[in-house]
Amino acid sequence: MKQNPKRETPLVSFVSGPVVKASPGHLLSMNEMVEVGAQRLVGEVIGLEGDTATIQVYEDTTGLKPGTEVLGQKMPLFVELGPGLIGQIFDGIQRPLDVLKERWGDFIKRGKTSFALSREKVWRFEPKIQPGSLVTAGTILGQVRETEAVTHKILVPPNVSGEVKRIVPPGNYTLEEVIAEVETQSGLVVPLRMFHKWPVRMPRPYRKRFMPTVPLLTGQRVIDTFFPLAKGGTAAIPGGFGTGKTVTQHQLSKWADADIIIYIGCGERGNEMTGVLTDFPRLLDPRTQRPLIERTVLIANTSDMPVAAREASIYTGITMAEYFRDQGYDVALMADSTSRWAEALREISGRLEEMPAEEGFPAYLASRLAAFYERSGRVQTLSDEMGSVSIIGAVSPPGGDFSEPVTMHTKRFVQCFWALDKELASARYFPAINYLESYSAYVSAVSDWWTEKTGPEWQELRERAVQILQEDAKLQNIVKLLGEEALPDDQRRIIEGAKLIKNDFLQQSAFDPVDTYCQPLKQFYLLKTIMHFIKRLHDIVSARIPLFRAMELPVVEKIHRAKYTIKGEEPEPFLEIMTEIDQQMDALLERSREPTHESSR
Amino acid sequence: MSLQGKTDMNTTTVTAPGPEFMGLDKIQGPLVVIQGIKDVGYGERVEIVTSSGETRQGRVLAISREAAVIEVFHGTSGLDQEKTRVRFLGRPFEMVVSKEEVLGRIFNGLGAPIDGGPPPFQGQARNVNGLPINPVARAYPEDFIQTGISTIDGMNTLVRGQKLPIFSGSGLPHNDLAMQIVRQARLLTEESNFAVIFAAMGVRHEEAEAFRKSFEESGVLNNVAMFLNLADDPAVERLIAPRVALTAAEYLAFEEGLHVLVILTDMTNYCEALREVATSKGEVPSRKGYPGYLYSDLASIYERAGRIHGRKGSVTQIPILTMPDDDITHPIPDLTGYITEGQIVLDRTLFRKGIYPPVNVLPSLSRLMSDGIGEGKTREDHKNISSQLYAAYSKAKQVERLASIIGEEDLSVTDKKYFEFSKRFEQEFVNQGRDENRSIFDTLDLGWELVMTFPESELVRVTPEEIEKYGKTSHSGNQE
Ligand SMILES: Nc1ncnc2c1ncn2[C@@H]1O[C@H](COP(=O)(O)OP(=O)(O)OP(=O)(O)O)[C@@H](O)[C@H]1O
Ligand SMILES: [Mg+2]
Repeated sequence: MKQNPKRETPLVSFVSGPVVKASPGHLLSMNEMVEVGAQRLVGEVIGLEGDTATIQVYEDTTGLKPGTEVLGQKMPLFVELGPGLIGQIFDGIQRPLDVLKERWGDFIKRGKTSFALSREKVWRFEPKIQPGSLVTAGTILGQVRETEAVTHKILVPPNVSGEVKRIVPPGNYTLEEVIAEVETQSGLVVPLRMFHKWPVRMPRPYRKRFMPTVPLLTGQRVIDTFFPLAKGGTAAIPGGFGTGKTVTQHQLSKWADADIIIYIGCGERGNEMTGVLTDFPRLLDPRTQRPLIERTVLIANTSDMPVAAREASIYTGITMAEYFRDQGYDVALMADSTSRWAEALREISGRLEEMPAEEGFPAYLASRLAAFYERSGRVQTLSDEMGSVSIIGAVSPPGGDFSEPVTMHTKRFVQCFWALDKELASARYFPAINYLESYSAYVSAVSDWWTEKTGPEWQELRERAVQILQEDAKLQNIVKLLGEEALPDDQRRIIEGAKLIKNDFLQQSAFDPVDTYCQPLKQFYLLKTIMHFIKRLHDIVSARIPLFRAMELPVVEKIHRAKYTIKGEEPEPFLEIMTEIDQQMDALLERSREPTHESSR
Repeated sequence: MSLQGKTDMNTTTVTAPGPEFMGLDKIQGPLVVIQGIKDVGYGERVEIVTSSGETRQGRVLAISREAAVIEVFHGTSGLDQEKTRVRFLGRPFEMVVSKEEVLGRIFNGLGAPIDGGPPPFQGQARNVNGLPINPVARAYPEDFIQTGISTIDGMNTLVRGQKLPIFSGSGLPHNDLAMQIVRQARLLTEESNFAVIFAAMGVRHEEAEAFRKSFEESGVLNNVAMFLNLADDPAVERLIAPRVALTAAEYLAFEEGLHVLVILTDMTNYCEALREVATSKGEVPSRKGYPGYLYSDLASIYERAGRIHGRKGSVTQIPILTMPDDDITHPIPDLTGYITEGQIVLDRTLFRKGIYPPVNVLPSLSRLMSDGIGEGKTREDHKNISSQLYAAYSKAKQVERLASIIGEEDLSVTDKKYFEFSKRFEQEFVNQGRDENRSIFDTLDLGWELVMTFPESELVRVTPEEIEKYGKTSHSGNQE
């Protein structure tokens, strides 16, 4: 196997896990992709010093020998962007896992593989421009109906512009075929295909950035109504193990009203990716009635896969997200978990013997996190469409303690913070989002949208509900010491009211066939109904009727069940309940005014 | 087929050709450094022959053009710098596996037999590190396993192909619980081909013996393979023991079609061995001195569980770990919980109350539960009654705290009910005999009996129909 390498090839000089050194290093450049050793393991140059290159290898290095060749690929780590992404599952460096399975069987081996996007598959391409037109980066050349749900726009790559010399007529083409030729100003004719390559560590260009103002509706009440995310925004879900990060992200992937979902399983469980792969082809998108898989791209670097590819997986995902944004789509990216990515950074950094900062993490942890979240945003694309990338990152703090570096730094760079709570999770109260610790900076930004839908009431209802929950939290401190009985009825009213908000509004089971998804107007009317009841409780207390009387009214049971029984988002069934509330409350008040009644003391 | 794509049919641990070198340049803790080597690969297996002729096993941890750092599994004591010979075997650590030669046998932590029988040689040599299962190939685990234990079946259901650890504390009866699970575990629907793989890491001789006896008594010994690294065996071998065991498990499950239950005990000892090696390498430690890659390392063990499309068997893991100081936020249980599909947490307070198994259901969890239960699998009300029990027990714990402040007598009527519930839940639902094998239906009915002590307005997690069907009919006679 060991042919005499040509003099000018870098050779492996050191191996320790995923970190490999090679010299002479001047033959390689920073961030260049390389193939290492006889097995041709994929790697990337992450340091150059003296004449030694440091390489992180994205595959298991067992058996790798010093003295074997390192082949530079003359380009940085990139992904292929074009038809064939949707519905696919890739590993951290965009190797298609179904192709790997065909090739190697049920276990993932290593070494060189095929292309990320199939070269054989035929796509129906429809041109959208004429020969002679001037195109610049991002111009839409044509489109491919990739799935029923997604029309894939074929873009001029970000580094090309000029005059279209030739474009193919509508028809079936593979990714290998040239579909257009563009002559640049310098007279160079660039052949264009339906896909292009883009380096993952470089953000893709856009024209202009806008403030996120449109809510990303998730169908999860605690999020949409209390801590909303906006399209193009950022959110973090921190929480100890088993508190619901993954389930929340799966819920968002299922029900968020984004056009495209990029789901990155970064250092997490294999079965969770399998779960998505089994569920998504079966579940329908409530808006398009098409299977969810038709708008989803999955990236899986499970915890048992090589750690360096985990570091890359985040960038592979965000680059794809930007690419769909550039086609004018709203993209939501889930990263589960960013802590595992940070740990991959730490592991590589440790093997490089860099100076550690907090808890062994490298000093550049904060800037890497910032740069990642910065790739979100609502933008005007190069082709003048509006598109957005929203990022939702799970954070897995050691011991569930939010004062650790990854949570702390993430908090600085995100606008929504959905703090998961161990106590709530252990009582099986889900979503275990702690409503006192969580926040969203988008509340006022999205309130215009809600006002347009519901009138000015939304904001007011929301504020009153938040207020009750806060008062309740204070009262709970007393209850803990003295019991609920010790409180006067006007304070117990708050406690009972808060219970309704918590149990009948905020609590939402991901596994209930109806309640897993709640339409925006259903959220509004449900909250309105509950707040109406709470308001009427006030009358009861003022009339000195014992509070439990009101809580025993038959309509209370209806409120409890409303989230399961009312399926649509029309106002009528809720208005009916509100009428019943009034009737039953009025009757109660009426009875109490009768002089014979016991409670009219 | 072998996992590395290499088909050495008859490679055993005996001498194999490979470069051999004399003398060590440095000895430090469990590591040695050797200079002037050639043609050696990262991760390769090594044999070290001491001056007295004894052979020890090792593995290449880092390698440069001139030198290799080697981890020595039997420890370095007694090695001398000059006369030690080092032989590189040209391949990673492997285990030869075949059904006949593995089941019913006892091996040491490196996979060498210690039952007097010959080493397995007919089967395939497999890299003990295994390979990641392609997520596309995985089949989602959803077959309910009845363990006969209410806190597990009713509240934290185990399914085939799951990894569900027991978080315990020193002196708590985790071994009894594990043995009871092994004795009682079965699928509701079928009796099947099964095997048990038992890997001990740094446990006492009596504990391993207790397991062996329990297997013997229940008549399954011929379906069991034991891999023993006992407390007085070299700590570094603990790093290999679970991997050797899982290599056997994967083979039996995915090649021979058996349903394999793997018990790994005690993962805390494993992690301590890992810390020891990391420290002697001079690595920058992360929390509590454990290496920063503890998560990835543990994942390379725990992820070796599951089912695969088109293959009959499954690997179900029940790792056991003792939480140092009963602290669930300690890195070992913490990182384990982040990888496994739930955890069964044992609790010292319950233990002191004489409750067996002392499972605290509140911090316990089975993530695969929702897919393994319900109509057609267990019973339609399973999800809701379990959720109701959770809600009630966690409320009851708050009430207990309140009662300890204001006194039991001053509790409200409802709170008194919660107070009572808590006691009965622990005494009747959690508590059961070491040989008591409850059917899932008994468990669910018992749950209903307990929650029916509350007024219906408290039962917000179950439906009125369920209350009618399961709460009122099945044991109306039992209620005061
Ligand atoms: N919205 C929800 N509805 C119902 N159950 C939920 C919900 N969220 C979480 N759960 C329950 O909690 C369990 C743990 O949730 P999940 O797997 O999302 O935790 P996690 O925070 O991702 O944990 P880890 O960090 O270990 O991956 C789930 O298996 C499920 O039983
Ligand atoms: Mg998770």
